[in-house]
Amino acid sequence: MKLADQACVSGIGETAYSRGSTKTAFELQIEASLTAIADAGLTPKDIDGVIPIGIVSGIAEDFIDNFGIPDLRFSAVIPHGGASPVMALQAAATVLATGICQHVLITFGRNVSAATNKAGARIHQMPQFHYVTEYEYPLGNIAPAQIYAPMARRHMELYGTTVEHFGAVAVACREHALLNDNAVMKKAITLDDHRNSRMIADPFRLLDCSLESDGGAAVVVSAADCAADLRHRRVFIASVAVGHPDSPASITQRADMTSLGLAKAAPRAFAMAGVTPADIQVAEIYDCFTYAVIRQLEDMGFCKKGEGGPFVADGRLRLGGALPTNTHGGLLSQAHVWGLNHIVELVRQLRGDAGRAQVPDAELGVVTGYGDLGDGALAIMRRG
Amino acid sequence: MNDRLTKPVSMPTTLSAPYWQGLQEGRLLLQACTQCGSLRHYPRLLCTRCYSDGVRWLQAEGGGRIHSWTVAHHAFHASFAGALPYTLVTVDLKEGPRALGRWLGNMLALGMPVRARIEMQDGVAELAFEPDSQRA
Repeated sequence: MKLADQACVSGIGETAYSRGSTKTAFELQIEASLTAIADAGLTPKDIDGVIPIGIVSGIAEDFIDNFGIPDLRFSAVIPHGGASPVMALQAAATVLATGICQHVLITFGRNVSAATNKAGARIHQMPQFHYVTEYEYPLGNIAPAQIYAPMARRHMELYGTTVEHFGAVAVACREHALLNDNAVMKKAITLDDHRNSRMIADPFRLLDCSLESDGGAAVVVSAADCAADLRHRRVFIASVAVGHPDSPASITQRADMTSLGLAKAAPRAFAMAGVTPADIQVAEIYDCFTYAVIRQLEDMGFCKKGEGGPFVADGRLRLGGALPTNTHGGLLSQAHVWGLNHIVELVRQLRGDAGRAQVPDAELGVVTGYGDLGDGALAIMRRG
Repeated sequence: MNDRLTKPVSMPTTLSAPYWQGLQEGRLLLQACTQCGSLRHYPRLLCTRCYSDGVRWLQAEGGGRIHSWTVAHHAFHASFAGALPYTLVTVDLKEGPRALGRWLGNMLALGMPVRARIEMQDGVAELAFEPDSQRA
């Protein structure tokens, strides 16, 4: 049995993204879920598999309770932070290819505006951060910006990656966000604005860091034959793969802290899809920090290790560049919903529905997830 | 809000209690496998080489080299606001495993020789590193 082209993303949904939402994470998750299900042309009772992302909002049984799903046949919890949505595509494609399910809902909502619930507090409630919590938190290594910074610093020292390289990622994402009515950030930035933004955790400045924002996002993944009868042109999951770095729960102890789980997953995904990075027309790359985009481009083979900095310079990631990336604005400038918005955006691009951010004739694209210190996943999708 | 001003403290487990006890006594301890001798850190149950759970605690000599670093300019926990900016270094210990500690020096470079120094802060031992003047 093969996984390639057995499943399609048939429905996409997002709430308005904001800071200071008065809705709960679960309300946002439900709203996005209903939008995605309607977008597919389905009803909530058609859903027979559900993968709630994270454990911060609804659990699978909440969807049975609220949708009256008569026969839920599959559910899963995938505890890998921002890698979870793309990892969920792998789980969904698997249960669709094997005939266990017909329509799987992948759904997420969050409200992080409450002052007691910032990233530096949240992660220490998660078991996958237990080494950091026990051995590093008391020393002041608290939030992801700090924990990831040594990876970026080492990359800079070894390969000559610069502040301008980080800035090129930030500027490209912001330019794209300005084309997106549903983006939190509304103001243009320059490389100078990036360089002059407040230092947070050297080498990360404020504009290297993704947003703390509220919202929900969801996708419906359907068996390819079922998707043929639904509302939209099919967008096939041509391949999907998952990888974990060595020492996944401690960057400090990782033999090569500049390498991510994505490096293991990417060759599998490109082989499964039968394409190479040169074939990719649009990329939605998990951008918790600017550096993460540079590193993932290397890990996927878009350029050699150490060459990610020069690769992103000169506008390559901007619309009109050779590899338009994060055409929705990304986590850096659209919203942070653990990268489910990256999947939504790739589907829009491949349907030809991306509006002012549309990459002309986009037929093949890649989306990545990156979470919890280096777990990775990618899916290559193609227009049907 | 008082708890926001109290520094986070480690909650030792049965697995890690010897490490914290050692640190409190001024020793940086690493797990050594009693079956194959492999070292591992941070403390965990099994040796990945031979799957033994037998552990002997070995005192690290204290020397190492800078692997990477970060400088905190933002207090993600209110108790660190007064310490800004502060630097945390990732160190390749001579024995192989890495350690993270507060940095007590100024200039930094990859590969720079350093020495561990265990400091008491309000009665709690903290791992720190300083330049190794003998190897500089």
